[in-house]
Formats: sequence, C-alpha cells, structure tokens
Amino acid sequence: MATRTEFPTRPAALEPSALSNEEVLRYSRHLIMPEVGMDGQLKLKRAKVLCVGTGGLGASLGLYLAAAGVGHIGIVDFDVVDRTNLQRQILFSSADIGRRKTEAAADRLHGLNPDIQITAHETRLTSENALELLKSYDIIVDGTDNFPTRYLVNDACVLLNKPNVYGSIFRFEGQVSIFGYPQGPCYRCLYPEPPPPGLVPSCAEGGVLGVLPGIVGAIQAAEALKLIIGKGEPLVGRLLLFDALAMRFRELKLRKNPDCPACGVHPTVTRLIDYAEFCGVREQESPGSESSVPEITPLELKLRLDRGDDVFILDVREPHEYAICNLGGYLIPLGDLPRRASELDSSREIVAHCRSGKRSAEAAALLRKAGFGKVLNLKGGILAWSDEVDPSVPKY
Amino acid sequence: MPVKVIIPTPLRAYVGKQETIEFEASTVGEALHLLTTRYGELRKHLYADDGRLRSFVNVYVNEEDIRYLQKDQTRLKDGDTVSIVPSIAGGSRPSVTGKI
Repeated sequence: MATRTEFPTRPAALEPSALSNEEVLRYSRHLIMPEVGMDGQLKLKRAKVLCVGTGGLGASLGLYLAAAGVGHIGIVDFDVVDRTNLQRQILFSSADIGRRKTEAAADRLHGLNPDIQITAHETRLTSENALELLKSYDIIVDGTDNFPTRYLVNDACVLLNKPNVYGSIFRFEGQVSIFGYPQGPCYRCLYPEPPPPGLVPSCAEGGVLGVLPGIVGAIQAAEALKLIIGKGEPLVGRLLLFDALAMRFRELKLRKNPDCPACGVHPTVTRLIDYAEFCGVREQESPGSESSVPEITPLELKLRLDRGDDVFILDVREPHEYAICNLGGYLIPLGDLPRRASELDSSREIVAHCRSGKRSAEAAALLRKAGFGKVLNLKGGILAWSDEVDPSVPKY
Repeated sequence: MPVKVIIPTPLRAYVGKQETIEFEASTVGEALHLLTTRYGELRKHLYADDGRLRSFVNVYVNEEDIRYLQKDQTRLKDGDTVSIVPSIAGGSRPSVTGKI
C-alpha cells in the first residue's frame, strides 16, 4: 500500500524567492562562490529532486542534496532497515533497525536541514505509479539495486522528458551517467536489454565495499546539483567508470542510439511495460529446479547426526564464506564442483548446503545428474540451521 | 599488435581474477576470440547462442563503443585498450523480484 508522508517544514521553505538570514548563514560557503551565488542557491531552493531508493547510493546522495539546500526532496522505498544495511547506508543508525527506510531517512534529512521539504513515498515504484510519482519532480536520481527498476526509471524519465542521474555499483566498481537529457542518450542506448537472471552474479559473488556507494552517490549528487544551478559540464553522453580497488576513474563515450526502442527516432516503448517480465524475473524464482531436489530440514539433519548416522556434509559456498561460519562440512565451491565431484564418495549419503539453500540445490541437482544417488539439499541452508538448530552460528 | 583487454569485476572470476590481459590482435573480434578461447567459461557471458555479442555487454576501443565503429572488425593498433563493460544493477542484495 503506497503512502505519502510530508514532513513539516519551517516557514523559510515556503518562500522560494528569498533566503532567511539563517539560510544565508547555512549556505554561506555556496553563496560566496560565484558558480553558485545567491542565484544558484535560490535555484537549489526551488528544485525538486526525487531519489529512487534509499540504500547505499541514496544515503550519501540524499545527505548531500539536503545539506546543499535542495528545496524539495522526494524519497521512494518500501524496505525496512536491517543490520546488514549499516555497513554502507550511512543515513541510518543502529537504532533505526526495523524502521521503515523512508521514515528513518526523512527524519535524518530533516534533522540535517529543517528548511527543506521532504516527501516520503512509502511504496515500491511500479509501472502503475511511476509516471504519476515522477512527474512533479525536476530531476530523478536512480539509486536502485535491480534491473527491472532501472529500466522502469529510465523509460519513465524518457516518457516524461526528465533527466535521470544514474549510478550503479558492483563490489568495488561503479558507473555514473546522466540519461534522459535533451538530445542525450538513455539507459537503453547503453544497454538495450538486461542480462537474463541466470547470468547475474549470485549472492556468492555479490557484495559491495561499504564506501563505494558513498562515493558513487556523492558523484550523482554533484551531477544533480550542477544540473540545477546550470553550471559546468554535465555527465551527458559520457559513462564514468570508477574502480575503487585500483582507485581509478575512466570515461567512455556514450552515444544516443537512433534505433533505441525508448528514445530513438521510432520509439517502440510508448508506455510503461511489465519490467519484471522484461528482465525475466518473477516472484517465484526457478521453483522447478529447486523443489525437484530432495531436501532435509536442519532439525532432521541434527537428529541424524546426533544418532551417529553416516552423513557426509558438503559445503558448496566460497572459502571466504566458510571463514565466516561453517558446519564442519567438506568445502567444494559450487563453481568447482563439476571438476571436483570425483573427490566425493557416491555410496555415502551427502547433504549439500550453502548459505540459503539455493546454490546447494543447484549442487545437489548437478551431483544427482552425475550419478550420485543419495544427495539431499539442506533446506534453508546455514541461515535455517542458525534459526532452528544452533543460534551460535552467525547469519550473514 | 599488443593490445590490453580490461576485464570488469563481474567477469574476473572467469579469467583467474586478472584485471587486464594482453593479446596480439589486429581486430576487436580477434582479441575477443583469443580471450574466449583461452578462457572458455567467459564465452557464454559475452556471446549469445547465435554468436552475437550480448546486449548487456558493451565493448569499447579506448573511449569509443565498437557499435559505432566497425564492430568486431574494428582495427586495433599498438597500445589500444579494449574494455568490456557489462551492465551492473547493484546494490548488494540479490535482485528484487515481483511485478513492478
């Protein structure tokens, strides 16, 4: 259910053509700089920016936009804060765990700058609500974490002629650009189609260096502020690549594709579509392949181990995950399993496990295909083991 | 011609975690062929079943997208850098599912 919450503002916010004395003091380091000055600061005050997502990117982005005095900031999210967010989502504190992200973010931003208006859109951005939600803002900043929403934000911005400040991250690498700018390219010019789900790196290969979204979000904020004050060279037609590990920035040329389905000469995307379908993702991810593998619950496994049954535990996670916690199993990462299956004894009963049960389902299916008749998948993985058998095993 | 191929983070797992690999190649197609011959696992990530470069993977020679040069036939000269740039969505959690 979508809700929209307006956070109260002081009278200063309601006067868009002047700054109060307090505001002059607050923004003095902007005002004494000719590139911003009073003119630029008033443009910031009149600006309306929507941040899609209040995760790692939205955190530094939102903080800098609020601090800079962007007069109206909208935030969209439907999630709640959990402990794993705190490693990078600097909008939130430990006390916010369990709170709605939009609410915690709005409080934090409002605390930083009570002179601006914050609108919290407690909803998932969908094809049904996107145009209505985006249309009252001048600039959209895309800080989402998934392909369907990226294509949705792109297409909606193209349809509404709104600039879309795009940022994306993976592990220690980031991409930034501005799409939807007059005569500029859009996300579909860069990538006409998303990767099929199977080729997206799994949770084993995911992860992100905590500071990376902070850096990328701050670059997005810089671009949004430049667009508002109309100064400098916007990141249009250029794709900025950042590698935190090498600590290197690179820039690639990005051209408007005349055949682009969204912004080309003869666009075929004339309304918003079903983006989950477009990206090949569904609520039930590949239910067939997993449920076809026989499972054992953590409690059953515990019982059998206590009984002294001969059960061989196979851990198919990565070595760095094994170092976090393990059940004493034999470690063969899923990716190595095809060539290392010979290390296993097919006459014994094998219970494969991973973190959540997804990779081990794949492993069990793979082993069964290779002639291992007695392979079971530990249902729910090490997470379920921690919940149901041994809470001293940490969850990650 | 020695040219440098820059491997992006998501694909480094398939090339022994290397960031860059050097090849002697005179076209982009040749460099990518050598790359996917040496690292067979990489092939399905770069090419669709019909042999075409996947639509979520872009290849650049220096700063220029090969789609706007001569694609696979783009000539390489000594010291050129070939970059493989796939789309990334993240975020650090698995992609959100459901109808949106």
